[in-house]
Amino acid sequence: MSRLAVPKTYKLFIGGAFPRSESGRTYEVRSADGGFLANAAKASRKDARDAVVAARGAVAGWAGATAYNRGQVLYRIAELLEGRRAQFAAEIEEAEGLTRAQAGAQVDEAIDRWVWYAGWADKFAQVAGNANPVAGPYFNISVPEPTGVVAIVAPQDSSLVGLVSAVAPALVAGNAVIVVASERFPLSAISLAEVLATSDVPKGVVNVLTGSPAEIAPWLASHSDVNALDLVGAGELDWVDLEIAAADTLKRVLRPEPGPDAAAPALDRIAAFTETKTVWHTKSLR
Amino acid sequence: MSFLEYAPAPESRAILSLRDEYGLFIDGEFVDGRGTPFQSVSPASEERIATIANANAADVDDAVAAARRAHDRVWSRMTGRDRGKYLFRIARLVQERARELAVAESLDNGKPIKESRDVDVPLVAAWFFYYAGWADKLDYAGLGANPKALGVAAQVIPWNFPLLMLAWKIAPALAAGNTVVLKPAETTPLTALIFAEIVQQADLPQGVVNIITGAGDTGAALVGHDGVDKVAFTGSTAVGRAIAKQVAGTHKKVTLELGGKAANIVFDDAPIDQAVEGIVNGIFFNQGHVCCAGSRLLVQESIHDEVVERLKQRLSTLRLGDPLDKNTDIGAINSREQLERIRELSDAGVAEGAERWSAPCEIPENGFWYAPTIFTNVQTSNRIAREEIFGPVLSVLTFRTPQEAIAKANNTPYGLSAGIWTDKGSRILAVADQLRAGVVWANTFNRFDPSSPFGGYKESGYGREGGRHGLGAYLSPASVTSTGRGTPRAVEAAPAASADEKPAKRTRRPARPAKKGAAK
Repeated sequence: MSRLAVPKTYKLFIGGAFPRSESGRTYEVRSADGGFLANAAKASRKDARDAVVAARGAVAGWAGATAYNRGQVLYRIAELLEGRRAQFAAEIEEAEGLTRAQAGAQVDEAIDRWVWYAGWADKFAQVAGNANPVAGPYFNISVPEPTGVVAIVAPQDSSLVGLVSAVAPALVAGNAVIVVASERFPLSAISLAEVLATSDVPKGVVNVLTGSPAEIAPWLASHSDVNALDLVGAGELDWVDLEIAAADTLKRVLRPEPGPDAAAPALDRIAAFTETKTVWHTKSLR
Repeated sequence: MSFLEYAPAPESRAILSLRDEYGLFIDGEFVDGRGTPFQSVSPASEERIATIANANAADVDDAVAAARRAHDRVWSRMTGRDRGKYLFRIARLVQERARELAVAESLDNGKPIKESRDVDVPLVAAWFFYYAGWADKLDYAGLGANPKALGVAAQVIPWNFPLLMLAWKIAPALAAGNTVVLKPAETTPLTALIFAEIVQQADLPQGVVNIITGAGDTGAALVGHDGVDKVAFTGSTAVGRAIAKQVAGTHKKVTLELGGKAANIVFDDAPIDQAVEGIVNGIFFNQGHVCCAGSRLLVQESIHDEVVERLKQRLSTLRLGDPLDKNTDIGAINSREQLERIRELSDAGVAEGAERWSAPCEIPENGFWYAPTIFTNVQTSNRIAREEIFGPVLSVLTFRTPQEAIAKANNTPYGLSAGIWTDKGSRILAVADQLRAGVVWANTFNRFDPSSPFGGYKESGYGREGGRHGLGAYLSPASVTSTGRGTPRAVEAAPAASADEKPAKRTRRPARPAKKGAAK
């Protein structure tokens, strides 16, 4: 007796909730062999702007959490991903047409990258910060702080590893993120959102949009309340225009990285979305 | 003679041996520019100082080509130790010629000699001395082993600290192994050209430092040049935006140090005498021509009247006049154009209902001058509370609670600097944490040091200058080439990628599907 499956409705993830696109639009996601997988939400400009509002609202709490706490929350994501390993592997296997082993290896890699970044949360400031020996009676210290709201165009040729590789480093220092998922492989992004929603990540810290990056990214690139733009997966878009739009508010921009090594784990991906603050304190016995 | 009156004590200009005309400094020599030359004038007297060559696009080509040759053939192959020795030489030469540089700076820029002599030029020497020592220690810059220079750096600097900004740009670039083409501001090219002579005295290999003079179009040609790998700019946010657009889609790395509208927050428990001095130093240092100037005074309501009264008293004792006079506190505004902008914004402040008070001082007949000015009754929406005036004009606002002070301080698209005045250490640290600004001064203001990173949040730009961070802005990790867009970035320590490395974990905690029946 075969049992009739219960397919999932894939929606957006904004401010900790799973709304449909306000536009009512969806687009068909097909498997590697052409079969119907789902109707994913096709996010609109309004959804992108809602996501920015949610992200902005989440920055203070996330950035203000202790680094130890952020590290634990990020590690918790890895724990939950591990528990859902088979689900993600099956999703990736179907979507990308990989073998189960290959798909499983991708999930493992994604999990291990979360763990790697989680461990940085309470160490990054020690590596990126400085006590500065200034010539005068001052205590002078430089520390990295999160840039704020980071909009990301996720790597487009990967379901989960690319997404995780772009999102995790931005979260380490305390940024809030709006990520535009792979257009072709959006389902893992929403499944990841389910993990985020049931872990201890405060709502709004990660917002996931599915749909057309070419349509959504310009609204994020030009949005005044977005502080940084990661174009790692925007290589196929008119990304120069996105960088030009970002210049209007002097956003920090990471340019596209093609290939399977895109967004490889690196300390400078964390650093890219931090600002160095230097504080001078007077020293005196009086 | 009252106690405030001093006999004139001008620094002698005899120490200068200026040329009547200056060419462009390209490939180790002064050459004629192909654009129309312009005059550099003293803003204090409007007298002509020298005729300055104007670099056109062909000159920019030559300068970039010279820098490229020097990079590829000499500078990138030289040991860090030797690069460092050249920088140490430059630091010493700056010290040896310090007084000459200070006099030239005050003459050309209009800043008081006590500032150019005691702040600008000593910091210039310190900057070269600091980065000289980095040249053979790049492995410790924080980018992993064997970081690479970016190549040719295009550097465009402003007129407010002409020689100091040159040092901020050139010293880290050279230490990291880059060669440079630097364009000083149109109104203040003099000390950069004297610096070119220092480069010759140091026997720096030709083409490592190129200095081209000109206006905005020269800068744009330099920034947009295909042969440039790195752009470093200090100046207005408007030009910074234009540069960010110009370099979009290229491989160029960019650092921008732009405008500011810093809040200087004074709590009611602050040591008032020190705070008043700090407020004065914060906004009237260098005539307020300081991107990190404390131009918005946020004073706790309970001490507002006292602070304003004492500020007025203090400002009434400042001496405005000849920049070369050792007693001068307030020098000349750098240009007529800047003076007009200060007047325009200041008039807008009055029109919007703020109360203007200017120190009673005699304004010299010639030159560009603006008396130290305070605005009270300023609303956060007023232009004088939002826009960078870049002049000796202070806007005073009030607050009641620390939260309100923080909110008002952060209520700006800028984020370069801020000040906090209070006797309470824990409050300093908590407020500093919440200010969105790259440099925070607690119970002091406008301090600079080569070991201390400087740069902004938000629309005050990106990247840092000074310290280890400033060095990193001229380096890339070993695995990233300077020209290859999209090449893999350095992996500090990538986690194991292969699945078969952790079978033990798999068997210990077998994975289960989270949901049944998802497969079709």
